[in-house]
Amino acid sequence: MIQRVGQTNGFDEAAVVTQAQNGNVDAFTELVNRYEGSIFRLARHITQNPQDAEDVLQETFLKAYEHLEDFQGNSKFYTWLVRIAVNQSLMKLRKRKSDASVSLDDPYDTGEENVTREIAVWEPNPEQTYSREEIRDILTKAVEGLPPTFRAVFALRDIEELSTEETAAILNLSVPAVKSRLLRARLRLREKLTRYFKRKGDDFFGYM
Amino acid sequence: MISLVTCKDFLAELGNYLDETVSPEVRRHLEEHLNECPNCWVVCDTTKKTIQIYRGYDPYPIPNDVHMRLMEAVQRKAASKP
Repeated sequence: MIQRVGQTNGFDEAAVVTQAQNGNVDAFTELVNRYEGSIFRLARHITQNPQDAEDVLQETFLKAYEHLEDFQGNSKFYTWLVRIAVNQSLMKLRKRKSDASVSLDDPYDTGEENVTREIAVWEPNPEQTYSREEIRDILTKAVEGLPPTFRAVFALRDIEELSTEETAAILNLSVPAVKSRLLRARLRLREKLTRYFKRKGDDFFGYM
Repeated sequence: MISLVTCKDFLAELGNYLDETVSPEVRRHLEEHLNECPNCWVVCDTTKKTIQIYRGYDPYPIPNDVHMRLMEAVQRKAASKP
């Protein structure tokens, strides 16, 4: 079980943030060490590009350092960082795809997408069929195929385990919009992973 | 919600069901449907496993050189801050 960041092992985030705000560089470094993995992972999920993810990672912490005094403590510091990282990630996407608009408010919100085609039980243990590297590759490719808004919602809710409300606030979406995007993201990923992880010889198809 | 849950109803509530934000009554109806519908059972089970496998296999661990460059950038920034 993944522990929620910001409230683990007696780590007093507020106290460390106050120290950092008072100019203690070691305190800020502690925050970097604590959250860099999450921020990098999130940026990788949204940008789908290692160089962009590294740029977002640096920009996020440098901006945070620069604007530390602006952090009021109304939200968790981690949520504040995530908000910066999401904005920087979306800017990278917009830069890369200057012809295609990257919006979190995508038009193909028809609700007709909750269609499941691949209905098959999975192998109990995918490690018996695939190496760890192969599994990572399958997971990466599946996420790559999602629209940016789905990737962002999935990464925030299911990977970083933020609440629906936190995710909605960070992405400037309504709670129902987060929920519908999350469900469609999960179902699309499920569909793709089923092609790899389904039990062999178990190919019955659903009709839903 | 009426007690006769269709596959479409089930799918519409799947997100809330997985996030455990449905009322006990709705939950009971959904689980009745799950017991009767092998397709929905499979979709529900494999969607849960999809989330679990992403959590279990972090596909994007931070590479050490990326970590080192971040630390250097932070130190440079700290040194330059008035």
